[in-house]
Amino acid sequence: MDIRTEHSEGITVLYIKEDRLDANNSEELKIELRRLFDSGTKDLVIDLKEIHFIDSSGLGVLVSGYKNASTAHGTLKLTDLQSQVKSMFELTRLHRVFEIFTSVDDALQSYR
Amino acid sequence: MKNDIDIDITIPSHTRYLRMIGRIGEKVAEELDCPKDTREALSCQLAVVLTEGLVNAIKHASRADPDKEIHIRINVSDKNLVVRIYDNGVGFDLDSIPTPNFSPHGLEEKGRGIFILRSLMDTVKYKRSDGGNVLEMKKKLA
Repeated sequence: MDIRTEHSEGITVLYIKEDRLDANNSEELKIELRRLFDSGTKDLVIDLKEIHFIDSSGLGVLVSGYKNASTAHGTLKLTDLQSQVKSMFELTRLHRVFEIFTSVDDALQSYR
Repeated sequence: MKNDIDIDITIPSHTRYLRMIGRIGEKVAEELDCPKDTREALSCQLAVVLTEGLVNAIKHASRADPDKEIHIRINVSDKNLVVRIYDNGVGFDLDSIPTPNFSPHGLEEKGRGIFILRSLMDTVKYKRSDGGNVLEMKKKLA
């Protein structure tokens, strides 16, 4: 999985450079999220701008990351959900669980 | 008769084929003779339904054995969309799968696939078929 990582003002930002997050590739993101929180990351923003298709496995990996963040007393916020991804969050009520922003800048602003 | 499509696909039991099957679902929906909004919604839904159904067959029915095959049949008429996914695995009890816990405090990583299928389709059944199993999903189009 192609993931670009940046650090800004103490926040880690992951840019997922894939067009799908599904049962074929989501395990790699799960491992990376666990590694980040295990190694001391507290606050994480995941940019989903390029993801145009997500399935229940992809949603499950984001839930896993959310739980990793809670255990680490940190946060996991999401940005830039495309229409199919947004629909899947609404269908599974996960839009009520995650803090979702329209851009990485807006998510970073929420920490200031 | 405007819509009369019947497609049979057989693939190895592996998640690498999810993208291809999803695309086929989108393309089938895009060719349907119906209002543009309906077509776009169906395109998105059919891609999800095929993906979730296929993952279910791979993970829970065929235990991700690429030597096993999964057979997919998509039938579209003016009145109905029917997707059947056949596997040769040990199967599972559809009725034993609970609705996901939506509370932030009771969140589980897994368990949304069947809920998504039930939400997007009118009926979802899983039953024995010719020595294997079939996940049969129907949606009324008219």
